[in-house]
Amino acid sequence: MNTLIAIIGLGVLCLLFEILNFRKAIIPITILGLLAVLGLTVSEFNSTEAYYNNMLVVSKFSVAFSSLFIVLTIFLVALSHNFYENHPAKISDFIAIKIFMLAGSVAMVSFGNLAMFFLGIEILSISLYVLAASDRLSLKSNEAGMKYFLMGSFASGILLFGICLIYGAMGTFDIAEISELSRSAELPVWFTIGIILVTIGMFFKIAAVPFHFWAPDVYEGSPALTTATMSTLAKVVAMATLYKLLTTMNADISYPFQIVIVVISMASMTVGNIMALRQTNVKRMLAFSGISHAGFMIMTLLSVSTSASSLLYYASAYSLAGIAAFSVILYVCKNRDNEDITNFHGLGKTNPLLAVILTGALLSMAGIPIFSGFFAKLILFDQTIKAGYLVLVIVAVVNSIISVGYYFKLILAMFAKESNEERTGTPFIIYAVAIIAIVLNIALGLYPSFVLDLLG
Amino acid sequence: MNVSLILILLLVGAIATYLAGDKLASKVALFFSLASLGGSIVLLNHFNLGENISFISQWINKPNISFALKADGLAIALLLLTTALTPLIIYSSFSTTYKNAKAFYALVLFMSFALVGTFLAADGLLYYIFWELSLIPIYFIALIWGNGDLEERKKAVVKFFIYTLAGSLFMLVSFVYLYQKAGSLLVDDLYKLNLTEAEQCWIFLAFLAAYAIKIPLIPFHTWQANVYQKAPTTGTMLLSGIMLKMGLYSIIRWQLPIAPLAAKEYMDVLIGLGIAGVIYGSIVALRQADLKKLLAYSSLAHVGLIAAGTYTLTLDGLRGSVLQMVAHGFIVVGLFFVAEIIFRRYETRVISEMGGIRTQSPKLTSLFLLIVLASIALPSTLNFVGEFTLLYSLSEINIWYALLGGSTLILGAYYMLKMFQYVMLGETNSRIFKDITFNEGFTLVIVVAVLFVFGMYPKPIVDLITPSLENILTQINRFN
Repeated sequence: MNTLIAIIGLGVLCLLFEILNFRKAIIPITILGLLAVLGLTVSEFNSTEAYYNNMLVVSKFSVAFSSLFIVLTIFLVALSHNFYENHPAKISDFIAIKIFMLAGSVAMVSFGNLAMFFLGIEILSISLYVLAASDRLSLKSNEAGMKYFLMGSFASGILLFGICLIYGAMGTFDIAEISELSRSAELPVWFTIGIILVTIGMFFKIAAVPFHFWAPDVYEGSPALTTATMSTLAKVVAMATLYKLLTTMNADISYPFQIVIVVISMASMTVGNIMALRQTNVKRMLAFSGISHAGFMIMTLLSVSTSASSLLYYASAYSLAGIAAFSVILYVCKNRDNEDITNFHGLGKTNPLLAVILTGALLSMAGIPIFSGFFAKLILFDQTIKAGYLVLVIVAVVNSIISVGYYFKLILAMFAKESNEERTGTPFIIYAVAIIAIVLNIALGLYPSFVLDLLG
Repeated sequence: MNVSLILILLLVGAIATYLAGDKLASKVALFFSLASLGGSIVLLNHFNLGENISFISQWINKPNISFALKADGLAIALLLLTTALTPLIIYSSFSTTYKNAKAFYALVLFMSFALVGTFLAADGLLYYIFWELSLIPIYFIALIWGNGDLEERKKAVVKFFIYTLAGSLFMLVSFVYLYQKAGSLLVDDLYKLNLTEAEQCWIFLAFLAAYAIKIPLIPFHTWQANVYQKAPTTGTMLLSGIMLKMGLYSIIRWQLPIAPLAAKEYMDVLIGLGIAGVIYGSIVALRQADLKKLLAYSSLAHVGLIAAGTYTLTLDGLRGSVLQMVAHGFIVVGLFFVAEIIFRRYETRVISEMGGIRTQSPKLTSLFLLIVLASIALPSTLNFVGEFTLLYSLSEINIWYALLGGSTLILGAYYMLKMFQYVMLGETNSRIFKDITFNEGFTLVIVVAVLFVFGMYPKPIVDLITPSLENILTQINRFN
């Protein structure tokens, strides 16, 4: 609760700085503020409390995920410094929108009431629409923003319809009461329909097949930093929320529903990976890779009672690797009009450190040991086999092999091709973010227990 | 004092090499690899005195994974092979100057680190991690410092990577499955499992996918010759000298004792595959024009025989297999190094462009002859001890296996001597062949010395490995 208030306060402060003409201090102060908020959040870890008639419920789950979101936001804010160099006048807007987005994310994982959940998801989505279209002179960015807005508002409509049906069936928005009622009596059929509609809305947000069509275009068109935000923070937030929705409202997921999840998971992995093989634009490739990772994360829905910590672990591993990868992409593609793979040629010679970091990030996403991406997949496989879906695990393994194909395409481009031009400048902040993200990723790989024991 | 010391030495060595800069890198790498060799010899002494040099500590609570390193005779033999070959390989590359040498030698030491880890790991997941980790350095070594056309090399190396990764992921799935059954992945706990025959068959096949590609067994060998040819000689030596022993070692340590019933079920097929590899490798080697490719196929033949012997599930088979692993490790390093020595002078790997070297470099000729003789298993070399034991174990199963496998000796003798004749003998070559340097000569002398000394007196190795192999054999026979 205090976290949410502090974050919103920080966002307002950002806007005030604009008025007071403190633009230069915005990023350092925001980062310090976010670090303080992180401390505040962590200190709430062991308390379970409900605020405002169960509107917000602070639990271990919400605190753990909120901390992850705050860490990701710190990275994204730090990267803004370099990214918005050419737009100094608007920097406070961009930062403030990111902070408000974080507020939406925190609301989404700590909701206790469906109204609060919807409020959170709208804050998050609207911030993202704005950020996607934020490069207002670029046609591609405008197109991306428009596409995302149209598809996103449609999904919000479906989500809202689902919430209404659930209200119609249960007569309440309160999660705890719905959970109670769903266990006891005969359920009206529209409760199930409502759950399905809400799930579909969330599948849209995490870009799972067959609700993924917006992702590649929007990822490609948006400014690179927004793409980074969408593929790390937004995806993880939506996944955590979907998990929370399904665990609290629908504790014993029925068998047909599980089969649907299995099918969607398989389809997301396979479609995402196979499409990614053909891409030459790195952002587009990572969009498809993100779709396949969504497929992996959906696997946690098959063993909801035990998989909270493995979802947290997978989300951390994936998003940290994503941050490291995107910081290198931001560096390489700065002042370029596209993000084609040719831009990465010879990076291994001109800038070995960043090339190694990007290699590490890609290896983590591919699930090669010692990077935390490997343990994330391992633990997921372990739980899914325990839940009795050996076939799904085998499909996932085959997909891991396919994914190596396109991750290595990028690695090959960096190390085995000659560079076509010199790169100059070594922006300190990009280096710092990339190194910290990949070191955190490896550290999670060396001590998985640190995260895995958090949520019991 | 325990075996984790060697791992730490090699890892620190890799970092120190990278930090030492391009000029000092090779020397720092040599220093650390020699230190790890010294360390492993000291550990061998401790082990022979009956001390416990294993290491175990809890790593991840949930799932229950330990950082467990177990040193029995078998693991120590492979540990010594790795730590002895690494300095030799590094020393042999002293006269070659590599671009970005610090990264190159750091990767070599890192590779050695991963290999040692694979041989020592006693927890399934730890073992898998080291197994995968060893892929990354060799991928970059072959890709960046390899020779030949870049596009072709890329294709060969990526094929190798995806192929081996694909195989090992199936192994990972079976480890996950075993974890569900045993609640731990410690090798001793896995040995105690009572799996049904159907489960064992699936697990056996999943392991086989990983090992057959790594060794390689026919028909999973297609990556091999290309990668051997394209990789720099150092990389080829690492690959053929040490890395393919990972697969053979893993059969003995993991595959056979965990799924013995399946091993018995498929015994004939697997021995057949091994022997098919012997015959196929030898015949293809006959026709090769490229020296490195010829050596690659001859290696395929030898390794096929080792695999066939291992799958006989007899003590002789296992013992012969380990002896031959050691012998083969040294012999391929020697052979590929001779190919490199000739390449340094003539800039070619095509056999028909060589010849007439004998009069110009008698030292190389005699050392090369000794190595060729060892590779065709001349009595009094370690290869003879190994191959003889392997063939004997095959004859215990079926005399025809031994006869077919024995053909490798005759065919091997034929193509190796023919190769020697074309490469070294004949009329004096018009191009000048500088005599070998001290560095090159010393490396070859060590290879020859090891092969002949242990060939005449293999007892230390046999004594070291036999008790642990007997243990494994009792595990294999626990269902009878």
